[in-house]
Amino acid sequence: MIKQYETVFIATPVLSEQQMKEAVAKYTQLITDNGGEVVYEENWGLRQLAYPIQHKTSGFYYLIEFKSTPEFVDVLETQYHRDERIIRYLTVALDKDAVAYAQKRRENRGKAAEAQAEAPVQEEAPVQEAPAAEAPAENEENA
Amino acid sequence: MAQNNAQNGSIRYLNPPTVEVRKKKYCRFKKAGIKYVDYKDPEFLKKFLNEQGKILPRRITGTSLKFQRKVAQAVKRARSLALLPYVTDLLK
Repeated sequence: MIKQYETVFIATPVLSEQQMKEAVAKYTQLITDNGGEVVYEENWGLRQLAYPIQHKTSGFYYLIEFKSTPEFVDVLETQYHRDERIIRYLTVALDKDAVAYAQKRRENRGKAAEAQAEAPVQEEAPVQEAPAAEAPAENEENA
Repeated sequence: MAQNNAQNGSIRYLNPPTVEVRKKKYCRFKKAGIKYVDYKDPEFLKKFLNEQGKILPRRITGTSLKFQRKVAQAVKRARSLALLPYVTDLLK
């Protein structure tokens, strides 16, 4: 029986970007190798922790939504537990409301990302104009 | 006079009695049609916590039992992921 799950793990802040990518690749690989399917991935980046874990005050958060058999969750969590890079993890099964919510959240984030991608283009344009406007003013003063 | 009051079935006051009209509490999840409480959104969950980060009772927030259980579950998940503190002061 295939169920949908969602897993969040926190990796130590000492990892480099490359090492973080390797860690993520390891777990996505693990999911697909065990007959699962990665539905969605989300990188939250470096976040401050609400309380220290293993004397660390921040960590890299990463969210993976996947479909797999219930037996696989144990395999995944064992791997998390053995991995020294992972300081905390949480895996939850998604019921139908949660799946609907996750779907909506993805769409909203997709739109937000698009809006952000468009926004800098609009912001950059005035910035380029601004120095041009200032330059003639300085010339007049010099003259 | 006393007979009058008894006949009318009402008591007369010199000043109109002040009756406190409390605003009826409601369950925000039922009202807004939210079906799933997300543990990944600590800012939203903070509405159900007091300053020490404790979960507020239903009698204060007005949340229905069904959603109070879900809120509690979500807050506990958020705590374990260090999105919310277990104990703190001045959360808000």
